[in-house]
Amino acid sequence: MSALLVSNLRVEINGSQILKGVNFDVRANSVTALLGRNGVGKSSTLKAILGIYPHSGKVQLGERDITREQTYRIVRSGIGYIPEDREIFASLTVKENLSLAELDEEPNYELAYSLFPELKERANQRAGTLSGGQQQMVAIARALLNKSEILLVDEPTKGLAPRLVTEVADALARIASNATMLIVEQNLALVRRIAKDIVVMDQGTVVFSGGIENLNDEEFVHRHLGVSVRGH
Amino acid sequence: MDTFLLIGITGIGLGALYFLVACGLSLIYGLMGVLNFAHGAFLSVGAFAGYWFAVKLFPVTSNLSFALSILVGGIAGGLFALLVEQLVIKRLYNRHIDQALVTVGVSLVAAAMLGGWFGHDPLLLPTPTWWYNAIQIGDAFIPVDRLLYIGVSLLMLILFFVILRFTRIGLVIRAGVENRTMVQALGINVKLAFSTVFFLGGLAAGVGGVLIAGYSGGVSPYFSGTWLIYGFIVVVVGGMGSLGGSALAALLIGISRQYVNYYAPGLGDFVVVILLALVLIFRPQGLLGKVAH
Repeated sequence: MSALLVSNLRVEINGSQILKGVNFDVRANSVTALLGRNGVGKSSTLKAILGIYPHSGKVQLGERDITREQTYRIVRSGIGYIPEDREIFASLTVKENLSLAELDEEPNYELAYSLFPELKERANQRAGTLSGGQQQMVAIARALLNKSEILLVDEPTKGLAPRLVTEVADALARIASNATMLIVEQNLALVRRIAKDIVVMDQGTVVFSGGIENLNDEEFVHRHLGVSVRGH
Repeated sequence: MDTFLLIGITGIGLGALYFLVACGLSLIYGLMGVLNFAHGAFLSVGAFAGYWFAVKLFPVTSNLSFALSILVGGIAGGLFALLVEQLVIKRLYNRHIDQALVTVGVSLVAAAMLGGWFGHDPLLLPTPTWWYNAIQIGDAFIPVDRLLYIGVSLLMLILFFVILRFTRIGLVIRAGVENRTMVQALGINVKLAFSTVFFLGGLAAGVGGVLIAGYSGGVSPYFSGTWLIYGFIVVVVGGMGSLGGSALAALLIGISRQYVNYYAPGLGDFVVVILLALVLIFRPQGLLGKVAH
């Protein structure tokens, strides 16, 4: 059964067609990776699903059509979002950043703090003074406070030091074992580790959907992603 | 020394009035990106409501009637701001030119309507007898009304601080000033925060309107124009969306304007413009402003 169904999704910004009819689905209790070169529309797809970008087409969360809903209603209907570049609130403390994200009556701080105990120690520190890795932990933790039907994760390891990439990857692997996730990620090692399905985009449209095993095909990876298997 | 102290406290009092005008403007722009030219109308509506309340309901002015007229002015300003937001601005978010045109239109219509109801001549706001008294501090005699402006502005600053720092809606507003798209992506209806900010901004402007009516010797439909210009300057110098920045800039502008006007008559406004230019050149985000997304 599909947790998320995206049909003919189109986005036009300032007269430019960013998405040209994107179609794919995300299986429940599974991780799907949205792949492609830079600028093909992966992050725009997540933002369109969330209603941040104006769009046409159809987006269905489970049985519910969320295409025309406002962003905050879409999130409340069960989508967690970990944005590209963290987008934490720099002037707020870590505690305030997390508290802002509370939607459930009993937010799951236990999970958030078990994955990132450091955040508990830094609760009163301004988020803007955290390192990039710690800010990413805040961004991930706030998406985990509420029960979500699906998590949309946008380039979680982008710009992180190698040691932090491992830490964030471990946390995502632990989350992925018990969640439905659509992840945009350039790090193919992480994708192979947590994803079961892949959707490859090129120039605003989906050019391939299938199993993760395709990432072992050197020719496939080179053709669609412009990198070599060994390099990633 | 007594003159120096007198001018300083008068400058702080003037800065306090600027703060009341600017704090709402700053939060409204910081959170919503709305350049609100109707803010002067919030000031006028508050001032006229306070005047009407004081004149119609209290033939003899007392401390209580004056305090209530300030409160009524604040509430009227807040409700009018909420009305403008709900009827007009809500439909124009992210349409900045349309917002500017419509809010200018609202200010003109409000002034015309107030002129139709109350006339165009300045109306003297009834004030308590102590309004024109002075108290002695050292060798200086300080007009009591200046201290009232400072006290009311401090109360307003504390009220805003408590709301912003210790309430859920305040947390949403502070986050929204930084990145309102992300606030919505956390499942929060940011429009509720928008309405709250409009009400609070109108409240402060309404309170400021009543006090400015006392300071400037009367209330008339177009009396808010100059104050709105100074409000915008305070917002730009202090930093869009920064309450502390507005308070600091209001004080700086009020004090420097008074001192310069005394020691170099007629150059007070010039110095304010120079200060504005320096901030725009060397610190365009304002003294305490942040770059919003």
